This record gives sequence, structure tokens and C-alpha cells, in this order.
Amino acid sequence: MPRFSAVLFLALFGILGLAPFGDTTAQASDDNTVNLYSYRQPFLIKPLLDEFTQQTGITVNMVYVKKGMLERLKAEGDNSPADMVLTSDIGSLNDMVEAGVLQPAKSEKIEMNVPAQYRHPEGLWYGLTVRARVIFASKERTIPGEVTRYGDLTKPELKGRICTRSGKHLYNISLIAALIAHDGEEAAKQWLTGVRDNLAQKPQGNDRAQARAIYEGVCDYAIANTYYMGKMAANEKKPEQRQWAKGLRIIFPNQEARGAHVNISGAAVIKSARHKQNAIRLIEYLSSDLAQRIYAKKNFEYPVKPGVPLHPLVASWGSFKADKIALTEVAKHRATASRIVDITAYDLGPQNGS
Amino acid sequence: MTKISSISAPGGSTLAKMAWRPDRWTIGALVTALLITGPIVAVFVIALAPSNGIWAHLSSTVLPHYIWTTILLMSGVGIGTLLIGTGTAWLVTMCRFPGRRFFEWALVLPLAVPAYVIAYVYTDILEFSGPIQDFLRGVFGWGNRQDYWFPEIRSLGGAVSMMTLVLYPYVYLLARAAFLEQSVCVLEVSRTLGKTPWQSFRQVAFPLARPAVIAGVSLVMMETLNDFGTVDYFAVATLTAGIYDVWLNMSSVSGAAQLATVMMTFVIVLIGMERLARRGRRFHHTGTKYSVLPDMQLSRPRAWLATLSCALPIVFGFLTPALVLADYSLDFYEETLAGDFLIYMRNSLALATISAGIAVMIGLFLAYAIRLRDTVVLRAAARVASIGYAVPGAVLAIGVMLPLTRLDHAINDTILSLTGFSTGLILSGTVFAMVLGYLVRFLALSFGTLEASLGKITANMDGASRTLGRGPASTLLRVHIPIMRSSVLTAAILVFVDVMKELPMTMLLRPFNFETLATYVHQYASDELLEESALGALSIVAAGIIPVIILSAAITRSRPGRR
Repeated sequence: MPRFSAVLFLALFGILGLAPFGDTTAQASDDNTVNLYSYRQPFLIKPLLDEFTQQTGITVNMVYVKKGMLERLKAEGDNSPADMVLTSDIGSLNDMVEAGVLQPAKSEKIEMNVPAQYRHPEGLWYGLTVRARVIFASKERTIPGEVTRYGDLTKPELKGRICTRSGKHLYNISLIAALIAHDGEEAAKQWLTGVRDNLAQKPQGNDRAQARAIYEGVCDYAIANTYYMGKMAANEKKPEQRQWAKGLRIIFPNQEARGAHVNISGAAVIKSARHKQNAIRLIEYLSSDLAQRIYAKKNFEYPVKPGVPLHPLVASWGSFKADKIALTEVAKHRATASRIVDITAYDLGPQNGS
Repeated sequence: MTKISSISAPGGSTLAKMAWRPDRWTIGALVTALLITGPIVAVFVIALAPSNGIWAHLSSTVLPHYIWTTILLMSGVGIGTLLIGTGTAWLVTMCRFPGRRFFEWALVLPLAVPAYVIAYVYTDILEFSGPIQDFLRGVFGWGNRQDYWFPEIRSLGGAVSMMTLVLYPYVYLLARAAFLEQSVCVLEVSRTLGKTPWQSFRQVAFPLARPAVIAGVSLVMMETLNDFGTVDYFAVATLTAGIYDVWLNMSSVSGAAQLATVMMTFVIVLIGMERLARRGRRFHHTGTKYSVLPDMQLSRPRAWLATLSCALPIVFGFLTPALVLADYSLDFYEETLAGDFLIYMRNSLALATISAGIAVMIGLFLAYAIRLRDTVVLRAAARVASIGYAVPGAVLAIGVMLPLTRLDHAINDTILSLTGFSTGLILSGTVFAMVLGYLVRFLALSFGTLEASLGKITANMDGASRTLGRGPASTLLRVHIPIMRSSVLTAAILVFVDVMKELPMTMLLRPFNFETLATYVHQYASDELLEESALGALSIVAAGIIPVIILSAAITRSRPGRR
């Protein structure tokens, strides 16, 4: 079959021709690089990485991976080209610690920048930004003081007035896991059942969609991350989102007691890293004043480094007390949290007639 | 004269059934199938690990709901695509009505729109603060949501509609190719014997096209089964959503793999049942008279009705989303084009072309090997090799990754011990891994299409060609491929477009600094930033259209007997 093999040859040739497109070979050999697997979207972190390259001359190679990053790291093992990871929550960092794919990275600079609460005791991972899970409330239809704690969301008078995204989303899983860590599984289950029966609709959309639902009058309270408020309030391309934000008040929950639930985005060095020093330099840079300020400005998150000025908008929401519980402790309860969401059928919406 | 014969098996097979005689075709096909099956087997292997009581938990809580939702979703989309796909295919092939030439290729267009993109677009249009409801509120003076009822787009019904709109082209393409490959004589005979056009369709044309239509619908159902983007966005809890939940929230890959294997088994059983129902009823044309198809001139009102029936799927499945995306792109094109957008596009196109080419060759090879040596082993191997389409992409991606990294480690260790030089990972995390992934995932598209088409060619063709001294390979190239050219092209389009849209495998298997249009769109879409992702999404659609149009024209030209 001469023609058949000719086509086959062409196809193989095509693959080889493609190979250099992806910098596959550049990965390990060059000393002046650092290879990054990132959970965070390129458009968010590219500006930071470019700045880092300019300062240090170290090239950053990146792959944006979500589902399966841990499995990829495990399968690649000692031969993994990756030097470090960037993640968007504590859960994935914790999974990596347990899978044994990380190595301790010690650096005085990083330890000075990142408070002990937001880093692994042995330096297996470091938090880079803090995001608080808070309550959005309609300015028009809620009275200040009615809700001040997560626990208040189960009050009977809030029936049909709450919106959230899916209970299975990692932000909610993390919040529920924190409740389990503090008060135990049974209390968390009761809380979730209470919130479920106060829901105005079946959980859906993302945090931004909950803000819009309040704007549309579907509900009065929603659970959401703070930075969505910033992204909406400062949205120049979509002015309607500013309207959604305008009608909202942020409630930092549990301020009288243990503080609001927070999660982190973070970084860690891979066990088999060939460019460990470069990876540490990148984490040093990302936790530095300059990078922390860019982070805070670009994504409306809270810098992990104390003393870095907040985005004016973020500052306008006021300061808040964050839950001091060890994040690793919270991460341990994620599987249980997920099961509770199933057991209470949270994602099917309110169930005791409305 | 033409007759419909019911030969039980094509030529050569009886010989092969007598004894296990390893030969070029059998071994070649088995090795190919084995390579493709590797990642699927890997998923089964992962499933062997314990999963910490996840089944007990799932079955007592959400599993029944997952299964029920999945069945509803699959049947809804299956029926929807069957009706739209077969109906429009029959109209454009057999009838004459205004706009028919245009519809012939335009009906394929929705194929280029990823399901999650159309879901985002329609949510934007149809939700409470979208333009439609805004308009209605303005006209009728309604205030808030309590004042009126409007269908909720984020629902099971919404998911069925969205997927039907973009998936019906699978059925359309396969059905149309089948109708085109039919000899017109059968229909003429049927009409001569006093059957009405509708009876001819139901009793003659449809049974002849049935393998192709079924192949199309099963592709649609598999695609529906593995979809995550749409159901996640609409908060519809299907088995696939459950798989990702078990994997990511409960940190149990093995549990996820177990659910996936159950899903695969389910699909194998479904396909097996269909085959059983069709058993012994093979339909071929033995005639060679392929005159130009007789266009049935429809009466005025009927003709317009036909036009409308063909126009609606295009308007809703393609035109509306494309216009909305184009509108958004106007706001953001500067940001988008400032980056390496053209490189992403080149990457997408190159991957899709290469994968489509190889997938068609492998599909053809397997289908033909089975025709020549119809053994149980070969059939089973091909069946398993094309089951990847039903597996959620990210799970299958892990299946691709594991054997490849194993092989990489082995190569590295060997070379290290021989030369003291470490090769690192030379296969995984490369374009090669990506193409392999696409083949594993999309072989069902090419194999299913080509097998259905090959099955319609009578064994007499093989017999005649072989008697005249041609070997099996030459018969395939000189006799079969020319007859089934439209199906070969159809298979190529399907794989091409699907690779353009593919996301989870692309994300996990790619090397450093390698973006495609789909991954570029995803980083924004995952944050529900539809506007920013619009130009990328539109480019996926546009890049998909060009080959669709070219190939669609080629399909029309490829009808045997047409000059």
C-alpha cells in the first residue's frame, strides 16, 4: 500500500514538525529556567511572571493544568520536568503533601513575607494570597445585624432568601470542612440542612451569579468570595456588573468569635525539581512587596504579606478577623464535607416545602 | 436489477472462522487495537484500587439521582438528534425546496460550536437579566421573577436542548452519507410497487441507513455521557459530574475510575444490544446503478415547511451563538489579538488535521480487517478500542498518561544504565501524547462511521475485485474507498472538529507553553468571563467551519455515479 504508507509518513512527519511548538525539549536542560504547573489561569499570573523574568533573567515555562495535575505529578515521579506548582486553594496543596510529591523549600525571605498561619510548618507549601468567604447582603432588603455569623444563615426568618453556588464547589467544600474542623460533623450537617431549606433556588452558577441573583431580587443573602465583589465593582467592560455590586453589602462573618473562613492560593516546590533554587526565587518574588501589590490590584485578593497596601476598593470593605485554624486541619475534612453535601442533598435545593 | 440481499457475512470471513490463522491483517489490527486500548485498560486498572466505601456512600445518597438524570439526558438528546438529524438529511438528499443547496452544508455548522459555549451564550440571552426577559418585562410591565413564568435555562431541559442543537450534525452527517450511498434503484422499485414516499422512507431507505443512523445516535449519546462543561454550568448532576466530584472533592481517583468503568460497561451493553437487534439483517445494495438522485419536488407550502425545518436548527444551533460571540468579540478583540492568538490557532489546526488523518486511517484499517477476518477477538478488540469516546476526558487523559510515563521511565532507566545519560520523559507531556489521547478518545468517530459505511458495500464487490486479481489492500484502495468516499470525509470532519473543541485531555497532556484555542478559551470561560473568551470561541467555530464546508461540498460530489 504505497499511498497508505506515504500518508502515514506525512502524518508522523507532521507530529515531529509540531514538537518544537511546545518547547518540550527546553524543559530540563537549561539552567536559567523554572518549570511551572499552574492551577491559576495564565491571564491572571502572566504579568507577574513576565516581571519576574525581567528582574532575574530566569525564563518561566508554564502549563495551566486543572483536573489531573496531581496524577500527572505522581506518574512523572522522579523524572517530572516540573519544578513548582501554583494552586488556587489549600485542598490541592494538601493532597500534594499527602501524595509526597513536594519537598521542603527553606528561605528566610519567604518566611519573613508569609505569616506562619499561611505556610506549611516544614516549608512544603506557602500561601501567596488570602481570599475570605463572606456573606453578600442586599443593601435594600436586609437589616444590618440580622446576619453576623455563618450560623445565622439557618434562621427560620431567612427562608427563601439565600443563594449559593453548588455545595460541591471547592470554595463551599472548604467552608464546610472548616465548620467540621471546629464544631464536628453533626453540627456541620445541621448547618448545611438549615441553609439548604432557606435557599431561594437550586444552587447554580458561580459566586458572581449569586450577586446578580440578589440584584434581581431572587434572594437577599449569598455566600461568596470577596474578590468577586471587586471584579464586579471595577468592571469597565460590563457596567451592569457594577450595578450588581452597588446594591451589596459585605458581611465578614463570625467577627465576634473565631473569624471569617479564609482560603489561600499558594505555591510549592516539587520533590524532583531540577531548578529548586530558581523555584525558591520565584516564590520569594511572588511573596515580595511588589508582586503582592500586583496580585492585590489585579485580582482583588488579600496579600498574604502583612503591611502591603490593599486595593482601595478592598480597603473600603473594612478590615476583618480571619479564622486562625490551621488550613491543613481544614483540608483534612474535605472528603467528609463532600459527603455531607450528598447526604443533605444540598444541591437539589430547598426540600421542606416553601 | 437491484435487490436487497441478506448475506450473513462479507466474503472471506467464513474462511477465517474455520481456524485461528494469524496473518498480516489480523495481527496488524490486533496490535493497533491494543495500542489504542492501552489507556482504556489503564482506567480499569486504576479502578482496581480500593475506594474507601465510596460506593456505599454514593448508592445510599446521590447515585440513583445521577443515574436517572443521565438516562433522561441521554434519551432526550438521543431522540432530539435522531429526529432533527435524520429528518433534515432526508429532506436535503431527496427533496427539492428553496435553499436546499445551502442547507446541505449549512446544517453541519452547529457541529463546530462547543456545547459549553452554546450553553454560556443561551444563558446570557435567556436568563432573568438577559435581553429576552428584559424585553418581555418592558412590554408587559412585569416586575420581578414572581410576576411571570419563564422556562429556566439552567435545567435538565436546558441541557437537553443545548446538546441537541450542537450534536444533531453527527446524525445528520452519517444519515446523509448513507442516503447518498444508496442506489436509487431500490427507491424506484419501492415506488413502482406502489409505496408512498413516506413508506419508501420508512420501509426501504431508513432500514438501509439504519446502521449509519444508529452509529450517529450512539456517538451523540456517548458525547452526551462524557460532557462535563454543560452539565456543570447548568447544575445538572449526571454520572460524569459525579465522577469528577468523587475524584476531586473526595480525592479518590480509584472511585472515579470505578464509576467510569461502570459507565463504559453500560455503553458496551447498549451497543451490543443494538447489534443483537440488527443481527442477521444486513442490508446491501448489489446494484451498481447510481444515477442522479430524483429530486422530489415538494408542493409550495410543503417546500416552505421543509425550508423552515432546515433553517431552524441552523439559526438556533449556529447563527445565534455565532452572532452573540461576534458581538462580544468586538469589545475584546484588541486584547485577544495582542497575544499569541495566531499561534494558538495554528496549534489547534495542526493537531486537528494530524489527528483526523491518523484516526481515519486507523478506523478504516480496523473496519476493513474485520471485514476480511471476522473473528470474535477482532470484533471485541475494535469495540473496546472505540469505547474511549464514552469516558469523561480527564479520566481518559490519566489513562493515556499512565502507560506513557511507565514507558518513559523504562526508556530512561535503560538508557541511563547503558550510557549514564538521563533522557527524562520523552513521550508524556508532548504533542505525541496529545495526538495519542485524541486517537483514543475519538477513534469511535472514525471507526463507527467507516464500519457502518463499509457494511453497506456488498461482498460481491470484494469477490469481483479479488477474482480480477486484486489483493485485499488494493481492493480497499481501488474499490471500497472510492465507493465510500463521502463516509471517509465525514469521519475526517467529525474527528477534526472534535479535536478543535477538546479540552480536558488537551489541558492535562500538553507540554509547557503550549496553548490551543480551546485551552485559551477555557481560562476565561472557567471564570464565566464569556466576553473575554468570545473571540477564541468564535475562532474555534470559524476554524471548524472551513473544513466542514469544503468537505461537505466534496461529499455531495462524491456520490458514486456523479460526474
